[in-house]
Amino acid sequence: MVQALNYLKETASQTAGPYVHIGLAPGDAGFDIYARELGRDITGPNALGKRITVTGRVIDGTGAPVKDVLIEVWQANAKGVYPGSGDVEDGFRGWGRVIPDFGTGAYSFETVKPGAVQGRNDRPMAPHLNLWLVARGINIGLNTRMYFDDEETANAADPVLNLIEQTHRRNTLIARAEGNTYHFDIRLQGDGETVFFDL
Amino acid sequence: MTTRDLYQRDREWHPPALAPDYKSSVARAPRLALLSLQSSASELTGPTFGHGDIDPIDNDLIRNYAKSGDPIGERIILHGRVLDESGRPVPNTLVEIWQANAGGRYRHKKDTYLAPIDPNFGGCGRTLTDENGYYTFRTVKPGAYPWRNWVNNWRPAHIHVSVFGTAFAQRLITQLYFEGDPLIAKCPIVKTIPDQRAIDQLVAALDLNATVPFDSIAYKFDIVLRGHRSTFFENRPEGN
Ligand SMILES: [Fe+3]
Repeated sequence: MVQALNYLKETASQTAGPYVHIGLAPGDAGFDIYARELGRDITGPNALGKRITVTGRVIDGTGAPVKDVLIEVWQANAKGVYPGSGDVEDGFRGWGRVIPDFGTGAYSFETVKPGAVQGRNDRPMAPHLNLWLVARGINIGLNTRMYFDDEETANAADPVLNLIEQTHRRNTLIARAEGNTYHFDIRLQGDGETVFFDL
Repeated sequence: MTTRDLYQRDREWHPPALAPDYKSSVARAPRLALLSLQSSASELTGPTFGHGDIDPIDNDLIRNYAKSGDPIGERIILHGRVLDESGRPVPNTLVEIWQANAGGRYRHKKDTYLAPIDPNFGGCGRTLTDENGYYTFRTVKPGAYPWRNWVNNWRPAHIHVSVFGTAFAQRLITQLYFEGDPLIAKCPIVKTIPDQRAIDQLVAALDLNATVPFDSIAYKFDIVLRGHRSTFFENRPEGN
């Protein structure tokens, strides 16, 4: 016999189900209950940097949009600083909740373009948004990233993109710019399946 | 804020993405391997919340939507701690819950189950853990409800729970069940979890010590988030 390690086990995940909006965005479930719903404003009013819109759809293995998905966004400010790890603009939370249109599955949100962030061993990472997806049928939240196609040099040196062995799959994480709007579809399965991370 | 690495997530303890008996997972499960990523600031930081974000009544589901009286149902206290895998409390972290009413009906524009909407019950609540990681809600016990999976499936009574921790990579959504419910063992969503011990950890225990006599029965539900690695030997030039 040996001593017991006595670690606790992480609570197992369960699907957020079809009614995740009740808990996390009740206005979208069809009723108002909280004075302030959380995650409606990623940047706050004082954020510096380029204002952008991100739009797209989450698509399932049959090609249909996932209309009941909820996406959380976590990002650094335009200087590449995350709240809590350095000074950011007053009111900048860097976090938001995105709910697609129930009819079409199209999502859209506004934020500022993040700066390059210091990665492991002080290697810079190209500007990116961190995304977490939950929905009915998703048993444990899916983590991915969105990069920007107008950051070619930074993307080419990004330590995370470079971990993706099948180089063509790197494109699944790169949003396409059109003016100040970035288009980013997430494919859960099948042709062009988005790269998801085990963090 | 800490930016220490986290313990590796035990993917054999969590449900797999693809669990065919839960039919909705079939077209929504990634089929390619997840890319293993050593965490950086992007994963080891996360949003924080304060008392300015929520109202004190937000954790009282008996009152936070009441219009003309109390909601129908068995009144319960739901309480517990948020801990990490090392047993350390996680203070000041946001816990959000949502649930059906006592009849098993959600207040959601997409829920069409024939059980009635309760005019005094919204079905969501939120709170911050205190400095010792404790949280409390007051609510009514949700009812079981039917759902489209097999022809005749019923969800056990459950409350959906969302927790943050301090790192985006600790983000967790789960469901809590109630001690003694015979539907737990029959539920295809519960059974997406391969290990019975992990399922048992999702079953809130009847807690007579926390009841309010002649008012509310009580259940205790502790939530465990991923633990943080120690920082011994962190000066290695290439990290660890
Ligand atoms: Fe449910």
